[in-house]
Amino acid sequence: MDALKGFTLLLLCQSAGEALARLAQWPLPGPVLGLVLLGALLQWPAVRAPIEAAAQPLLGHLSLLFVPVGVGVIGHLGLIGQYGVRMMLALVLSTWVGLLVAALVLQSLLPRDAEAPLAR
Amino acid sequence: MPNVTELWVYLAATPLFGLTATLGVYVAASALYERLERAPWANPVLWSVVVLALLLSATDTPYQTYFSGAQFIHFLLGPAVVALAWPLWQRRAELRTRAGALLLAALAGGAAASGSAVGIGWALGLPPAVIASLAPKSVTAPVAMGIAEQLGGIPALAAVFAVLTGLVGAITAKLLLDTARVRSPAVRGFALGTASHGVGAARALQVHPDAGAYAALALGLQVLLAALLLPLIARLF
Repeated sequence: MDALKGFTLLLLCQSAGEALARLAQWPLPGPVLGLVLLGALLQWPAVRAPIEAAAQPLLGHLSLLFVPVGVGVIGHLGLIGQYGVRMMLALVLSTWVGLLVAALVLQSLLPRDAEAPLAR
Repeated sequence: MPNVTELWVYLAATPLFGLTATLGVYVAASALYERLERAPWANPVLWSVVVLALLLSATDTPYQTYFSGAQFIHFLLGPAVVALAWPLWQRRAELRTRAGALLLAALAGGAAASGSAVGIGWALGLPPAVIASLAPKSVTAPVAMGIAEQLGGIPALAAVFAVLTGLVGAITAKLLLDTARVRSPAVRGFALGTASHGVGAARALQVHPDAGAYAALALGLQVLLAALLLPLIARLF
């Protein structure tokens, strides 16, 4: 029951986010505003257990949710035939740049003791 | 056997096909991934996409027909983005004490990934719509689609780029970060979440709990930062 309540809350936050984005004409996707709204809602202890029950399975299988979009690659075979190598080059190199920059910046900013497991 | 053909034509046209095929192939790919001791190259998203794409091509099934079933899974990406508030909220104390460092690393990593993608795309002479679809590639797919639309890109292509970016990170991060001698699981996870969003975070989560937590955190930060900043930056050009 908690998971169902939590899922309803997630959908309500997303809906409110979508509505807010349309009404205020903010350049933010609805789910992102929903995330912010849920962050505020979590101040209220009663919603925490339901949200945890819904968020855990959803985030635990996050990679499954990318499969349908990934299969969409077959809709762009024309573009890929034409620019595939160049697109892959841009994707791979920029991902490596992003990984290295994020890792090295954070490593240099965090104190050494951060290497130890963190208190939850 | 005309009956079998008729039955296939009927089943393949119902949403049941796309949904069953996606779950079935993913469950099988995940089992194989476990059996191969979670080797990066055995990534279940990669092999699910490959198998399903081959299946659709072999059976001449249009993507729209497949998606009429797969959309039920795809739809959950929205609530999943909202649900990211939970891991962020759980680590609010850490977030507060390390806010500066984490924000700076998220900004630097996100800007480096997006900027270099646009720069390389431009240098290689890719069309503007493709470059605009590359810009939000390190953000999780549903948000990347929304941003690409605002930038004049192709949302469906941006989503594919986002998934491919996630896969590149999930498959190569181990080698790359080992070479760069980045050892802390928290830092490694944060980098994965920053540069390859949900697919990278899923990988980090399987490797180490700290890495997973920091990847989820980085993913949430990247969603917020990219959604806020990319349209503003694009307006300057």
